[in-house]
Amino acid sequence: MKGSRTRSVLPGFGLTMGITVFYLGIIVLIPLSCVILKTMELSWAEFWSTVTAPRVVASYRISLLTSLAAALVNVVFGLIVAWVLVRYNFPGRRFLDSLVDLPFALPTAVAGIALTAIYAPNGWIGQWLEPLGIKVAFTPLGITIALIFIGLPFIVRTVQPVLQDLDKEMEEAAAMLGAGRWRTVLRVVLPELTPALLTGFALAFARGIGEYGSVVFISGNMPMKTEIAPLLIMTRLESFELEQATAIAVVLLLISFAMLLLINYIQWRAGKRALAE
Amino acid sequence: MAGGIATSRPAHGAPTAERGRPTSESPAVKWLLITIAVIFLAAVVLLPLITVFVEGLKRGWNVYISAMTDPDAVSALKLTLLVAVIAVPLNTIFGIAASWLIAKFSFRGKNLLLTLIDLPFSVSPVIAGFMFLLLFGAQGYLGPWFDERGLQIVFAPPGIILATMFVTFPFVARELIPLMQAQGTQEEEAAATLGAKGFRIFWSVTLPNIKWALLYGLVLCNARAMGEFGAVSVVSGHIRGETNTLPLHVEILYNEYQFSASFAAASLLMLLALLTLGAKSLVEWKTAQRNQDLEG
Repeated sequence: MKGSRTRSVLPGFGLTMGITVFYLGIIVLIPLSCVILKTMELSWAEFWSTVTAPRVVASYRISLLTSLAAALVNVVFGLIVAWVLVRYNFPGRRFLDSLVDLPFALPTAVAGIALTAIYAPNGWIGQWLEPLGIKVAFTPLGITIALIFIGLPFIVRTVQPVLQDLDKEMEEAAAMLGAGRWRTVLRVVLPELTPALLTGFALAFARGIGEYGSVVFISGNMPMKTEIAPLLIMTRLESFELEQATAIAVVLLLISFAMLLLINYIQWRAGKRALAE
Repeated sequence: MAGGIATSRPAHGAPTAERGRPTSESPAVKWLLITIAVIFLAAVVLLPLITVFVEGLKRGWNVYISAMTDPDAVSALKLTLLVAVIAVPLNTIFGIAASWLIAKFSFRGKNLLLTLIDLPFSVSPVIAGFMFLLLFGAQGYLGPWFDERGLQIVFAPPGIILATMFVTFPFVARELIPLMQAQGTQEEEAAATLGAKGFRIFWSVTLPNIKWALLYGLVLCNARAMGEFGAVSVVSGHIRGETNTLPLHVEILYNEYQFSASFAAASLLMLLALLTLGAKSLVEWKTAQRNQDLEG
């Protein structure tokens, strides 16, 4: 893997490298660098006053907190779902398994209007929660529910393969040595799953921060209360405040890239550990 | 990342619980966990699925059909298909080229390249659309140049296609790279040694090995291309009958309180998602079958 390219009898290095770099440049790198170029046109004072404006800070806080809450819920329930799908046989297992992928395949706007129809005060579930004083739609709770929907497959699909490949012998050994089932799961299985759980968590969290389509319908979009950062970018664009939109976008991009680095680091460490063993 | 094929091989039979050796949970715990998983998935995923169809058909078939045959809906569907027909094949060519490059050769900067390919996954769709606005908008870096030549990119189909290509960029490559890396280069090298030329090697050696993963990547890429909302919303300009895709059409109807019509259009997209899931199951089944053939 290291060093320059070794001689290969296979053809196509130049061609595929050309296509890959050209296409990557046109579609990803040039457009992304526009955001950076545009940021440089801003003075530091302009940039700082934009991203520290109360409404902007509130939108970051809402995006981060709801994504965090949704990712945490998904870690718990996603682990249970993955566990049930891998370890147990029961009628309907395959159906449940394919259901997990629906949030990947479903357009976010469709998810958004469906969730709003369910949780609006006169909605399917909303009408039962309303008398109890629980408001879901048009509150941060609604945003969190949309992000739980969006993030679920990330956790399940990163934990599932690891759980599948896990050596049953270790659990058997722990059981033979007298560990109870609960203790075995906690001390033997869970540590093995931790890198996958962390990766899934980071993926779901990162996706949640940038999510737009599924959230805008259910959130109600009230500034300072339920306005997420991507929506604020959209609002600034609609009023032609390009500079403000750029500044808000750059901070959001930096958060996403930090998450990407974190994911790579977790996987690199997990890979190193696997090699060491 | 996007639900790889290898992820859900059927488990090798449920573990058998033996007395005195707790290597699995007691039946009570087992059924409790299954119940939690079923309720959670039903509430989070199944309920929205059902809602779309029930709300779409609430006012009866007539409203449903007229929502589907509305000229704006038809033109939105046409634009959605056009976007997918352009974006998906281009991303497929890229995906195949990139995975061949990464799986068959070793070179400096490979990890960087892999990270860059994944990059669009971590960019908010709104920012994805925004980038193309900065590039091709009226005050953008290249916008005036195109404008002078009478070419409109943003608030027109080309911008929608570009934004969609960005968002769906990694899908095919992501499905192919791990598989092709795992398969190694031996078969292709044997073919090359026997005198087969480049495209021939790919066509008759590599392609049969990767066809199901390729199909799955294509299907996933297509689903996202047809369903993208945030990125497209920024660059579309929402001109009815001209730059509205199906997801944007759903949004407009919803915001106009035409809920039944909105859910009717949404049900089309839901059907597309269900087809995608069906294709995934088929691909998994085929892959499992192939692995069994190889083993046995």
